[in-house]
Amino acid sequence: MTADALEAEARWCDAVTAIELLGVGPTQVGGVLVRGWPGPVRDRLLDWVRMVCLPPLVKVPVHITDDRLLGGLALAATLETGRVVLERGVLAQADGGVVLVPMAERLEANVVGHLCAALDRHELSLERDGFTGVTPCRIGVVALDEGIDDERAASALADRLGLHVDLQPLPPRSTPPLLPDVDKVRAARARLESTSVPDSLVTALCEAAVQLGVDSLRATVLAVAVARAHAALCGRAIANDDDAAMAARLVLGPRATRFPETEQAPAPPEPSDEPAPEQPPLPEDRADDQPPPDGDPDEGDLDAALTELVIAAARSAIPDGVLDLVTAGRSVQRGPRSAGRSGALKASTSGGRPSGTRAAVPQPGERLNVIETLRAAAPWQRLRRRAASSRVEVRRDDLRVTRFAQRTESLVIFCVDASGSAALQRLAEAKGAVEQVLGDCYVRRDHVALIAFRGTHADLLLPPTRSLVRVRRCLADLAGGGATPIAAGVDAALALALEARKRGRSPLVVMMTDGRANVGRDGTRGPAGQGDALASARSLRAHQVRSLFIDTAPRPRPQARELAREMGATYLPLPHLDPRVVSSQVQALTQAGP
Amino acid sequence: MALFPFSAIVGQDELKLALEIAVVDPGVGGVLVFGDRGTGKSTAVRALAGLLPKMKVVVGCEYQCDPTSDRAQCPSCRAMTGTPQVAEVSVPVVDLPLGATEDRVVGALDLEAALTRGERSFSPGLLARANRGFLYIDEVNLLPDHVVDLLLDVAASGENVVEREGISVRHPARFVLIGSGNPEEGELRPQLLDRFGLSLEVRTPGDLPTRVEVVKRRAAFERESGAFLEKWASAETALTTKLEDGRRRLREVQVPDAAIERAATLCIALGTDGLRGELTLVRAARAAAALEGELQVTDRHLARVAPLALRHRLRRNVLDEVGSTVRVERAMAEVFPP
Ligand SMILES: [Zn+2]
Repeated sequence: MTADALEAEARWCDAVTAIELLGVGPTQVGGVLVRGWPGPVRDRLLDWVRMVCLPPLVKVPVHITDDRLLGGLALAATLETGRVVLERGVLAQADGGVVLVPMAERLEANVVGHLCAALDRHELSLERDGFTGVTPCRIGVVALDEGIDDERAASALADRLGLHVDLQPLPPRSTPPLLPDVDKVRAARARLESTSVPDSLVTALCEAAVQLGVDSLRATVLAVAVARAHAALCGRAIANDDDAAMAARLVLGPRATRFPETEQAPAPPEPSDEPAPEQPPLPEDRADDQPPPDGDPDEGDLDAALTELVIAAARSAIPDGVLDLVTAGRSVQRGPRSAGRSGALKASTSGGRPSGTRAAVPQPGERLNVIETLRAAAPWQRLRRRAASSRVEVRRDDLRVTRFAQRTESLVIFCVDASGSAALQRLAEAKGAVEQVLGDCYVRRDHVALIAFRGTHADLLLPPTRSLVRVRRCLADLAGGGATPIAAGVDAALALALEARKRGRSPLVVMMTDGRANVGRDGTRGPAGQGDALASARSLRAHQVRSLFIDTAPRPRPQARELAREMGATYLPLPHLDPRVVSSQVQALTQAGP
Repeated sequence: MALFPFSAIVGQDELKLALEIAVVDPGVGGVLVFGDRGTGKSTAVRALAGLLPKMKVVVGCEYQCDPTSDRAQCPSCRAMTGTPQVAEVSVPVVDLPLGATEDRVVGALDLEAALTRGERSFSPGLLARANRGFLYIDEVNLLPDHVVDLLLDVAASGENVVEREGISVRHPARFVLIGSGNPEEGELRPQLLDRFGLSLEVRTPGDLPTRVEVVKRRAAFERESGAFLEKWASAETALTTKLEDGRRRLREVQVPDAAIERAATLCIALGTDGLRGELTLVRAARAAAALEGELQVTDRHLARVAPLALRHRLRRNVLDEVGSTVRVERAMAEVFPP
């Protein structure tokens, strides 16, 4: 067999085991995060879920509304009977079974929130439409992550799904070497309750997690649960090394953010760019809480060997990108992007977020808020109702329209010149202005993205985010030097701006450069640079993307002003730049509409 | 579902202290907990419910009115003649689930009564149920701004005023607001930050023994919650007693002028805006003293709670790499030289 075929076989086996474990204890293992495109491979996996797991299997469409997900007033029935009829939501219907989430990378924040709450608490507490209550919701979640590039399922959800399976490397025609064993899963389900995981395995999994840079303790707790389910699957009352190794492979490996040391060595300290956290002392009662460590030297060696085994098992499941980044001297960003292009904060695109209702007859493009309309009509029913009629009488005055926040969300794209040794110095001088703009974005809850250009090209250093922590880090880590490819910078900003517009955000480009371009669109150095920069600037204007040009040169020159004019940008030279002026310009531009 | 016992939480001393202070002195103004995923923020807050002392309430009142106080009662309790029937209930910890509709938060027209009987009556919301207790919002940073504003307004005034659908109701809603969230997913507006009394950031413990202990306890709880709860029952009782004692003692704790001056000096050194920080700092220090069984606020109490009370009130410098906790610690080292 070729190496590729071997690799494919191993992946199939992991997928089969993951689905079997889901079938054994969906609430215990949380669920499966499946990365891969729709196709025969993924279809096969979903068939297995149907085959192995207890029903119901309930699908959550990506744009599901809260009232369908959680339940609420059943309008048709309520109107028909003239009394309040409640309807169960999709999550409550899934109790005891599995929830299937396609396009998990596009889930709205509220859906992610509800799924997480159900996974944490195994029940749902509802406060909706006059209904208050708690319903059981013991579910496992199968999330299908179809994201490309940086798109990922929200980290809050991914963190809670124990098993991570990557189908991407499997060719479409690939066939599995084995199938899930339904009888084995059924037997294991009955055994799970009485299966235990010894402390030595828990310790080994914890140590492996630290060495692999898996920060979330929830992941380790899930690894223990997966080891237990695997022991049950193999007919063991007490989990052994194999179970821990499988848990490491399916739970910890895919979450690794760094490569463990090959040598048996003490765990390295956590890499951290923040001040070291105070180590909390262990509570005093710890001594009676667990047996004192015995002095048997063999015991220690055994434990070390076990940890080594567990790490070795996880190692083979570490995603490819991790090693590259480690060799490049960087550690991977912890966990998948949470506020990336389609992350947890994806904005509602229906014309801003709803902000209450108002009494009005809906105009074209407006939405009638049925519940609020009914609420308005409800008190008058006795008076309005004709004898023997149970119809709900709704009058014109009762109509309520959902009111949306006026402003659409903005995306402020910083496009920063990082070329030349002095560029960063000049950027530092513009710090007051940047700070002011960031502060404003923060208050208005705008998204911010950061593009830097130097050498031959431009890089998207930070995809749209609302986290100032990340913007701040990114700006502080900015490296400088090289030639000045302004055209590339403007092109990158335009591409991002157009994409943002597609998502219903209104973009604003804040260009920060001295305007002296010396690299062309093709990446070669020369006088063509300036001409290309002007051409790019014109195309930004042609797309009617609003922009602000902060000239960072100590002594402004005509080139920059010309570039700004071609962009249609508001031009602000740095010397004597008042941050408040910048702030009011940004405010004016972001609020002016798309 | 059973709640994880508060005393079984490993480490997280600052979080525990903040919550204990909020129990002892609800007037301290709410707690905001930010931190990584899986650090057990919500576990700790929900675990509070298991510890809270009992309180006396008017039987049949939907707002848990206090029978011993004439102020802060709902209209029906105020109108009551004679001695009300009294019951003892646990101080409520009410969860505000994401996606809660506004009518369920503030209360609204009782739809059922309106539709079936044509009656116009008020159905109280979460704010009524949280009266005299705690209101917990996980993912507070994902809540729509208008709901957060509303909650903070009510928390500050202690009263919920409802004017909708021809209903006009005013009822007491005094509660401690506890919010938690992950800053990577979106930050809270600074205006909101300032309105929380205490704030802190929890982190995932990095050292192995602590991590092992956390995972073991969590796994043991999930496997056999009954046995686990039994094991921690006496620790929980002891903690409840400590909180009850602290509550009782709070009024006796003296705040000397020197302590107030110290608090002011610290706030000036940090450049915190307004009096809010100073006030919260002194109140929290007093509660910390009460928890320790002491009758006078000292520098030690102030130093212990200063990061909790002040770190979210520093003027924000977005490009400054120095964290706010470090800034508070530096200022403390100057104001309270060792
Ligand atoms: Zn009352």
